[in-house]
Amino acid sequence: MRKTTALRAAAVVTAALLTATACSSRRGQDAQDTAADGACKGQQTTGITDTTIKLGGIYPLSGPASAYGTISKGVAAYFKYVNDKGGIDGRKVEFVVRDDGYQPPKAVEEARRLVEQEKVFAVFQTLGTPSTAAVWDYLDKQKVPQPFVATGASVWGTDDKHPWTIGWQPNYVAEARVYAKYLKDERPHAKVAVLYQNDDFGKDLLGGFKKAVSGSGIQVVAQESYEVTDPSVSAQMANLARSGADVLLDVTTPKFGSQALAADARNTKWNPLHIVNNVAASAAVLRPVGFKNVQGVVSATYFKDPADPQWANDPEMKTYRDALHKYAPDADPDNQFNAYGWAVASSLHKALDTMKCPTREGLRDAVRNLKDVKVGLLLPGVTLSTGPGDAFPIETMQLMRFKGERWQLFGEPVDTRKEFGPLTK
Amino acid sequence: MNNVTASLAADRTRQLRAAPTVLLAVAAVAAPFYFAPFQVFQLTMVLLYAVALAGLNLLVGFGGQISLGHGAFFAAGAYSTAVMLDRYDTGHLATLPVAAAGCFLLGLGFGVPALRLRGLYLALVTLSFAVFLPPLLKRLEPVTGGSMGLTVDKMQPPAWSGLAEDQWMYFVVLAVASAALLLARNLLRSRVGRALRAVRDNEGAAEVMGVRLSLHKTLAFAWSAMFAGVAGCLYTWVIGFVSPDSFSFVLSITLLAGLVVGGLASLYGPLLGAAFVMYVPSVSQDLSEAAPGVVFGLLIITVMFVAPTGLAGLPGRVLGAVGRRLPRTTAIPDRTPEAASAPDAEPRPTAAPGFSPTPAPADPAVADAEPVGAPPRTTEKE
Amino acid sequence: MSAVTELLQQVVEGLGSGAVYASLALALVLIHRFTGIVNFAQGELAMLSTYVAWQLVASGMPFWLALPVTLAVSFAGGMLVERIVIRPVQGAPELTVVIVTVGLFIFVNALAGLIWSFTVKDFPQPFPDGGIDLAGVRTDWSTLGILGVVAVVMGLLYLLFQHTSVGLTMRAVACNPASARLSGIRVGRVLMLGWGLAATVGAVSGVLVAPVLFLEPNMMGGVLIYAFAAATLGGFDSPVGAVVGGVFVGVAETLTGAYVDVIGADLKVGVPLMIILAVLLVRPQGLFGRAAVERA
Repeated sequence: MRKTTALRAAAVVTAALLTATACSSRRGQDAQDTAADGACKGQQTTGITDTTIKLGGIYPLSGPASAYGTISKGVAAYFKYVNDKGGIDGRKVEFVVRDDGYQPPKAVEEARRLVEQEKVFAVFQTLGTPSTAAVWDYLDKQKVPQPFVATGASVWGTDDKHPWTIGWQPNYVAEARVYAKYLKDERPHAKVAVLYQNDDFGKDLLGGFKKAVSGSGIQVVAQESYEVTDPSVSAQMANLARSGADVLLDVTTPKFGSQALAADARNTKWNPLHIVNNVAASAAVLRPVGFKNVQGVVSATYFKDPADPQWANDPEMKTYRDALHKYAPDADPDNQFNAYGWAVASSLHKALDTMKCPTREGLRDAVRNLKDVKVGLLLPGVTLSTGPGDAFPIETMQLMRFKGERWQLFGEPVDTRKEFGPLTK
Repeated sequence: MNNVTASLAADRTRQLRAAPTVLLAVAAVAAPFYFAPFQVFQLTMVLLYAVALAGLNLLVGFGGQISLGHGAFFAAGAYSTAVMLDRYDTGHLATLPVAAAGCFLLGLGFGVPALRLRGLYLALVTLSFAVFLPPLLKRLEPVTGGSMGLTVDKMQPPAWSGLAEDQWMYFVVLAVASAALLLARNLLRSRVGRALRAVRDNEGAAEVMGVRLSLHKTLAFAWSAMFAGVAGCLYTWVIGFVSPDSFSFVLSITLLAGLVVGGLASLYGPLLGAAFVMYVPSVSQDLSEAAPGVVFGLLIITVMFVAPTGLAGLPGRVLGAVGRRLPRTTAIPDRTPEAASAPDAEPRPTAAPGFSPTPAPADPAVADAEPVGAPPRTTEKE
Repeated sequence: MSAVTELLQQVVEGLGSGAVYASLALALVLIHRFTGIVNFAQGELAMLSTYVAWQLVASGMPFWLALPVTLAVSFAGGMLVERIVIRPVQGAPELTVVIVTVGLFIFVNALAGLIWSFTVKDFPQPFPDGGIDLAGVRTDWSTLGILGVVAVVMGLLYLLFQHTSVGLTMRAVACNPASARLSGIRVGRVLMLGWGLAATVGAVSGVLVAPVLFLEPNMMGGVLIYAFAAATLGGFDSPVGAVVGGVFVGVAETLTGAYVDVIGADLKVGVPLMIILAVLLVRPQGLFGRAAVERA
């Protein structure tokens, strides 16, 4: 008779579950989606009123990529700060953060929750290429803006089937072009060894680099990949050392960046010019390796590193530090991901300010028509620019070299669109 | 069940048993018309995971073999579907039999070496298979789209149905899941199922009684892989996107955890486990935004404390405990044997229903809701 | 660099990673010997211990004082985990206990992230920088140091298992807790001791590898898979087997990654799979394990 009990219990549990989920919303709420009048007639005003605007973000707060979850804290701190100053054009921002654990199916679920249940105005940031690729079809169908996704895959800008989705940070190909240009100028006959993460990020950057140096005297003589699940990259580094290359392009994420820099420093027989990509160029990655071991390392950046003392008196950096201290006391202001969140949120603020209509369509068009928009935490000379045929907000980066205890910018900011022409598929 | 009162009450019991099943069926059909699309999507995912868990249940719950690699079969099903849709434009329905057959064969291939491996060793071999698969998928870039994955069309509702996309998906998955769960049930009632349980409970005795050990163990692996493959196929239909990093070994561990939390060797365990896997991470986030993982980990541990034999066994345990505390004249004769059979298993009273040569046809649950636990190695009693 | 030197250099690299795997494999073997389960949370507990050490050093304690304190804390912590988390499910099916360790894995990982954030921490290197050069083959002091400590721990465990009464008691408990209890062994205490010792060995492992892998909450996640492979290869029962298994997996993986182009660095993770499968098909009980004798 236990079976009957189990059955009955299962039914009761299911029923309870169903009613519990039913409490919050029911089918048919779709009708509540609203539309605007006047000049913006027929456009969607879901999630936005004269006094409020609701945004949703999907970040990995748990799981293997949790290190990036803190971006949401920087974003949230910015919106709280803006709300206390009166909001964005008089609208208070409500920012809903959901966790996808870096799993695409979970990202789909959370995107649906944000759109259908939370009724957000826009999905502001999905993090990571897999999660973003999993939801962009859905958001496109629902006509919900997905501005400034937190991934640098070039596909967000080269694709023309998803007008509602756009990137923000320099795409990985653009970054590769910056290094290619630097090498062409400084080491025209360089033999390059590449360590890269075996995913879209590493492949995109490596592919972009190979394309950018093709036809020049620069050769890629060795390449080694690693998986994010690997414990260490020391074996790969040993293989690269065998190649005898004189330049090492290090396309890694923070922990592996530290490991690669340390392995390079340990090997006194091989001393290539070490170029570390932007993701792993934070002072927080270099410090554990020991500053004496990373002298002369080259990288490129587009926003101000909060751990870098040269920005200590920068007004926007001060605002950022104070606000983070006040609104996200548990977040470390020195962590570059918090600053990234702040910078991208203030970029969205600027874009919202330029909307012609306070509608989803208005935002979609606004982020695709940015004209040299300046954002406080971006480097001087780096601005947001988009337009017809250009769906990459940031394409300028500046080179930097590590000296003493900090990065020193050198040369002029490199506008990769000007140097190499627009990026196509 | 062999006393007079029980047989007199059989008719009423049967009705009682049927009632919740009917209720469940009605609720399942009505749900997509009542809930918001997003919740319908969640229910669809629950059903989909339930199919995978039901397959794992065949192997772990009834076969007593632990697999930590079912995420790989799930991925194989998902990828074969995505590749067929992407490269060959076959249409959705054609992908299901291919994914099922492909994973069946893959499971058969894996089942042969698995014969020699027991418990722990099998678990670790399957786990390393699950670890190996994502880089392999990335390597086979021309076919699988590499690390960028493949985006394919989701299944669209036909015009005549008048249903929204999420509703149509739900019904399709519901149909496949019901068929799969029924198949799992019938499999267990057949010779295969009886043989499996006999092997799990006492391999030596089963062999002496003429059960062909190797055949049944290999087949269990194959069937189980097939279910995972079907679930993977449904996954591609619903999500419309596959990428190697979606199928990391974490998925395999999640599946096993879901099954154990739901209840091993129970018919409703996979459903409950799937609901746990689907809903609890969001609940964890609602409880603690700062660290959902802390709450999720604690919830797994807590459930195992409260229901060491899984959620499906919980009501039985609770009622058993109540029954012991408050002696009721009618309840006692029914409940004591079960309560006693719970944790101890030394002379394992496997008079579990479907085990007798002629199972009662009206038995809705094929197995005991109080599972005896997978690898019957711990035979201690607290 | 001649081909032979190159090969030897690769072998040394493999020894380096193998030593890392072996160190955690020892803890896995230890807990399996004591309690008969596979502890998924072993790596995470080691990571937590490493954070304790890091915190002590960061607050000004000298490393060589922080180390014994950490080991003591880990021992107590391990016993506490057994008492609070594992004891309530003792007697439940084996898989239930395994899933509890999975829950513990998720919990500890997130907890470390919550307390110390996911930023990479620098951990003091107990061994001197640099290395020695033998006939053109470079070996870091840290690699030698890790191998040395792993060998010592292995020796101690071997003595514990084979030559003490605790070893015998422990084997009795892992084999058959019910009979062990009947013959007067205090099973609970033995299990607590097992968890405490395993956590201590895990702490040693964490402290050893942190300077090489860099400390962050996911530090041990990748190592765990390889440590499983190492322990399985060695038979899951024998400390010597765990170390031999770890070193073998490390060297085999590095060499195939370097010399077999079809496999390459991206698929080298498949090497442990092949090795385990091959070994188990020939010797299902692993290289150093003893075949279970079953009474039908």
